[in-house]
Amino acid sequence: MPTVLILGASSDIGVAIAKKFASRKFDVLLAARKPEQLKPLESDIRIRYGANCSSLFFDALQYDTHAGFFSSLLPKPDVSVCVFGVLEDEDQAFDDWKLTEKMINTNFTGAVSILNTIAKDYIAQKKGTIIGISSVAGDRGRASKLIYASAKAAFTTYLAGLRNKCFKENVHVMTVQPGFVYTKMTENQPLPKLITSTPGQVADIIYNAYLKKKNIIYVKWFWRYIMLIIGIIPEFQFKKMKL
Amino acid sequence: MDHQHLFDFVLTRRNHIQQMKKQIANWGNYPVIESNEEFFAFPEQLQELLAREETFIPRGNGRCYGDASLADTTISTLKFDKILSFDVSAGVFESQSGLTLDQILEVIVPAGWFLPVTPGTKFITVGGAVASDIHGKNHHVDGSFSNHILEMDIVLASGVTVNCSPEINRDLFEATCGGMGLTGIISRVKFRLKKIETSFIRQKQMKARNLEELIGLFDEYRDYTYSVAWIDCLKKGAQFGRGILLLGEHADIKDLNENQKKNPLQLPEKKQINFPFNLPSWVLNVFTVKAFNFLFYSKNFKKEINRVIGFEPFFYPLDAILHWNRGYGKKGFVQYQFVLPLEAKNGLIEIMNRISDKGIGSFLAVLKVFGKQESIISFPREGYTLALDFPVRTGLLEFLDELDQIVLQYGGRLYMSKDARMKPDVLRHGYPGLNKFKDIVRKYNPDGKIHSIQSDRLFLTTN
Repeated sequence: MPTVLILGASSDIGVAIAKKFASRKFDVLLAARKPEQLKPLESDIRIRYGANCSSLFFDALQYDTHAGFFSSLLPKPDVSVCVFGVLEDEDQAFDDWKLTEKMINTNFTGAVSILNTIAKDYIAQKKGTIIGISSVAGDRGRASKLIYASAKAAFTTYLAGLRNKCFKENVHVMTVQPGFVYTKMTENQPLPKLITSTPGQVADIIYNAYLKKKNIIYVKWFWRYIMLIIGIIPEFQFKKMKL
Repeated sequence: MDHQHLFDFVLTRRNHIQQMKKQIANWGNYPVIESNEEFFAFPEQLQELLAREETFIPRGNGRCYGDASLADTTISTLKFDKILSFDVSAGVFESQSGLTLDQILEVIVPAGWFLPVTPGTKFITVGGAVASDIHGKNHHVDGSFSNHILEMDIVLASGVTVNCSPEINRDLFEATCGGMGLTGIISRVKFRLKKIETSFIRQKQMKARNLEELIGLFDEYRDYTYSVAWIDCLKKGAQFGRGILLLGEHADIKDLNENQKKNPLQLPEKKQINFPFNLPSWVLNVFTVKAFNFLFYSKNFKKEINRVIGFEPFFYPLDAILHWNRGYGKKGFVQYQFVLPLEAKNGLIEIMNRISDKGIGSFLAVLKVFGKQESIISFPREGYTLALDFPVRTGLLEFLDELDQIVLQYGGRLYMSKDARMKPDVLRHGYPGLNKFKDIVRKYNPDGKIHSIQSDRLFLTTN
């Protein structure tokens, strides 16, 4: 059976992706900062889908452990999904460098560190798929998501570059741009129902896109056009808007 | 700028954490309230919520009918839904409380096991099954859900987790089964399953011309594991209480046809129809009248019909229509379910007469005979239980108050999971164990931190 690695498996989207791949006969490696928390998910995946499943310690901010983490994996994952991310209170983060730094380092630096490691291995083997969960927030900078959006923008750009670098090596890189999703991260925000997805829907769309080897997907699809419209507002106008 | 508003709508999300209130209701869509809904996926997050929230009520899938799981703050178990163990040889299942029965069936049925007790919908959580101490068509044989629980964990309002079972912390166990979530958050449940050879049901369907005949049939066929009857509430005179009795047994392989034998433990295909919006409230009645009359009068339907069908149409006929509750319209409905002792058959007749005279109830009622059960706060006790729906309208609450008096007069009681309106006295007279229940709730939930609109109305967590 093929194996999928979920980096950030305690997040709602991480759980949904793990279950989706397990239901399609993948073995699952769950990685998170508190792997002991993942024991119930581990048993759930084993019992529901008959898949092998184990939980591993992984901390996006401990860059120097990343190479060791990946080389210890057995079996090596055929698909690696980078789901982890953090959204802090932007007003607080603007005042507190520690929070800003944490958002940048989790959403961008940590992701680059582990995905570089994985990409090197995949390139050497001439196979593998990397799926990075970025955000539509990264498509245009704005006040209310100042740091989160810029870190995600950097991550989106990194994934595009990595896709380009890996293409000739038979390694596929997919960028996922979710819009609003009902998760822990957004549970205190009033989200408009019509354009908000559930983690299960996100996972279904990601799995289908993986099968079709898509490059960039928006979840749901209309977010591509929402962001397109937002993208063409001239900056002289955009900067005056309260976003 | 005009278009600015659109982008605000799409993009502006305040960063500061705000308490977001959402409109919620249970299955009857009555009452509808504003509530701050919290979720947890890990025990740690639950602890944070318990430290932060001043008061709350635990909530599962919101399939009780009234106001039992409604409060200013609700803590939802729906993300706490992992399967912890499944002993395929012994038939013992263990999970977190937010797991729904439909997901359990998907795992256990192909392995040759079934739920020991199931209600008429599979879209309830395990925690909800315990908190309502649900009963099924097999109550007279297998008792209620609590009868099959080996042990469970309750997270108290204080944050402490307490294990309980019929042997350990028995008071907590007894007050949690049927206790509407007031003792604490049911977090983990381990229960026994029922062995099955196939996923099919051998169903016997019998027509009864009146109530007398129907009750006679219940008695005659009491050895059947599953039994329930649909009654026509509108007929008077000689046909008063005419109905259809449904009996069932888990089918053995020898009962199946060649096609069914190919995969005896198969799961049904997922086919669901959705009620996308609220309908005017008379529509559902028209549907049920037609369906019932078809069953009753169709020439193809003899007095007795025997066939082998999948477990889904047998146990969950209404689950095939998602949101069937919307059929009762925007104002919602109240489901009225009571139980009367076996000797109080006249009470049953009196209540049915009152309902048909009034002409505001649903056309169909569900009748079932309960077996013996001793418990503090669980609904089932030996006797006849009748359930029917009343669309919300003026005069309904007064009328139900009148019915309550008849129920009490005959020594019966109401089901709290269906209730949105009973008066405290009605509960007190119906449940002799009520004071004991309140004492235990006070012991484990001393400050009334856990309470619901229902528990406030019925003084369960005050006084």
